[in-house]
Amino acid sequence: MEQFLQQLLNGLFLGSIYALIALGYTMVYGVLRFINFAHGDVFMLGAFSGLYLNKWLGPALAPFHWSLSLTVILVLSMALCAALGILIEFLAYRPLRNRPRLNVLITAIGVSLLIEYTGQLVFGATQQPFPALIPADNIALTGNLAVTNTQMIVFVTVVVLLVALRYIVMSTRMGLAMRALSLNPTASALMGVNNSVVISFTFGLGSALAAAGGILYASLYPSVEPFMGIIPGLKAFIAAVLGGIGNIPGAALGGLIIGVTETLVGGYSSAIGLPTGYKDGVAFVILILILLFKPSGLLGKTEREKV
Amino acid sequence: MLDRLLSRAALPLSLSFALFLTGCGKEASTDIVIGEVASLTGGTAAWGKAQNEGVKMAVEEINAAGGILGKKVKLITEDDQSKNGEAATVTKKLVSRENVVALIGEIASSKSLEMAPICQKASVPMISPGSTNPKVTEVGDFIFRVCFIDPFQGTVMAKFALSKGWKKMAVMTDVKQDYSVGLTQFFKEHFTKNGGTLAVEQSFSTGDKDFKAQLTAIKAAGVDAIFVPGYYAEVGLIASQARELGINAPMCGGDGWDDASLIQVAGKAVEGCYFSNHFSTEDKSEAIQGFVKKYQSLKNENPSTFVALGYDSTMLLFDAMKKAGSTDGKAVRDVLARTKDFPGITGNITLDEKRNATKSAVILTIKDGQIVYVETVKP
Repeated sequence: MEQFLQQLLNGLFLGSIYALIALGYTMVYGVLRFINFAHGDVFMLGAFSGLYLNKWLGPALAPFHWSLSLTVILVLSMALCAALGILIEFLAYRPLRNRPRLNVLITAIGVSLLIEYTGQLVFGATQQPFPALIPADNIALTGNLAVTNTQMIVFVTVVVLLVALRYIVMSTRMGLAMRALSLNPTASALMGVNNSVVISFTFGLGSALAAAGGILYASLYPSVEPFMGIIPGLKAFIAAVLGGIGNIPGAALGGLIIGVTETLVGGYSSAIGLPTGYKDGVAFVILILILLFKPSGLLGKTEREKV
Repeated sequence: MLDRLLSRAALPLSLSFALFLTGCGKEASTDIVIGEVASLTGGTAAWGKAQNEGVKMAVEEINAAGGILGKKVKLITEDDQSKNGEAATVTKKLVSRENVVALIGEIASSKSLEMAPICQKASVPMISPGSTNPKVTEVGDFIFRVCFIDPFQGTVMAKFALSKGWKKMAVMTDVKQDYSVGLTQFFKEHFTKNGGTLAVEQSFSTGDKDFKAQLTAIKAAGVDAIFVPGYYAEVGLIASQARELGINAPMCGGDGWDDASLIQVAGKAVEGCYFSNHFSTEDKSEAIQGFVKKYQSLKNENPSTFVALGYDSTMLLFDAMKKAGSTDGKAVRDVLARTKDFPGITGNITLDEKRNATKSAVILTIKDGQIVYVETVKP
């Protein structure tokens, strides 16, 4: 039982990060109806900007409490990646806006490869240790359950970001414009919404979340390399489809489900005679099942709101 | 329409002409061309780079001394990106297009196993600096290695674990690496035969980041120590996550642990852990200290094991070419097969009838963030 609870906790923390990345996919899909495959690479750039910002600002921030330096680095990286996301959209996707959707999709794959290999050139191909932005400490829960404060802080940050996102989408003018655009781009333009600005904002917001995800992920698994975004990006994409792509709570739910199933399969597969390697496969099996039986995803139908 | 067609046809034509021209240039060159396959990028990039440094050092030295058989040596290095399948592709390219006379590489056994059949078929001698899985040289008589093999390494670690009083152990195997699967098998054989029990056997895949699921299962079993025959990138994360889960059992592994980034990533988590390796920079022998000094003057850091093994395998190849008096694959192979007491940096190299080197292993531990020598185990 204790082991099961521990596995559940492990899955929950992993899933919360998937959820954060999945939101970026879902938002861009909601607004533009295309999958931004470069999202996982913005996630990687977020982790690297955290690494370099810490290198440059670390000495200046050293006298302060670690929570301050974490916030500074997190916010700066998010801003940096938001700008980058807007730039990517402006350079690569905007010229193709009125072309067939397949063109944008293929371009997205191209952008993804461009970022990965440029990253390899700039950052080097070897993995680099990620600094401990959050001092490692174990929090003993009841019984024998182990939780680190890194995990707790990651979880809390994810929840805060989710709530903030929900607020932006549901209660601000920009959020209203995003929802209008996702419903009908032509009509929203006729109503005075500047679609280009809204799309740029959506990319910025999604990329900022990816950057936060990158730093939090690197805090949990402290080694970064230029290809670190591929697998989490794929899993998050599956999470977004699972929850119903274009749907924000769906993406969060999907992320948690993928994280928990993956961990449970990993933990118990040897007990039922499956190699642990199958835990990655499970995410894809889930994707296939969802596409077969509920193509719109878990929450895809019940909520009409799409962003 | 017609000129569009023509311009389309012109590009491939001119390209193939250019290729033809460069092809001619190669025929005329008098250099001895040797190939190297290394994982310069990707998951085991640190090793590929280390191997490459060692090989380059050897080539530069030999060229500075006038080359072999009156010719300069030209090295062509190909990157396999640490990807399964890629080593075969670049080996084919080196063998069939660059016409290399011999090949150095790889360190990861899975990659060497991809290269070996191609070299064997083309009668090109191949020397692996660091692949320890026994299957590598079993491919054929053109395949050699300058390191010990896993039946030995697995036994060394199993003996060491038993001598430490670890009776109940867990093992975590990387199922994507032949090296890891083999090492687990040999460790298990010796360990269980001599009174130890493997309580849990877990596995993972190269490139994984989250090992908490497997480690939670290991924690539940309560073991004396954990054997992790993985590669440094994953081992670092496994160690730190084990400590986060409150597992304080020491860990041990093989030469796959050897890279400075292991300690950078894992920090305190690998303190007091042990691994077997090919040589230690602390070794007082003249060969090793001379090599360490030379490397430090070039790179300003200590050479890793794979720099030394890359250097050794290249020097062994040059020595064989000199003795054979030619670069013909079969002649070089015959000389290589008779290698006896070749003075390498990592010890004297004698190749047995299975083309494996019989060498001693060292056991190292991590103490205060430094890799420290513990003992040498003779074969």
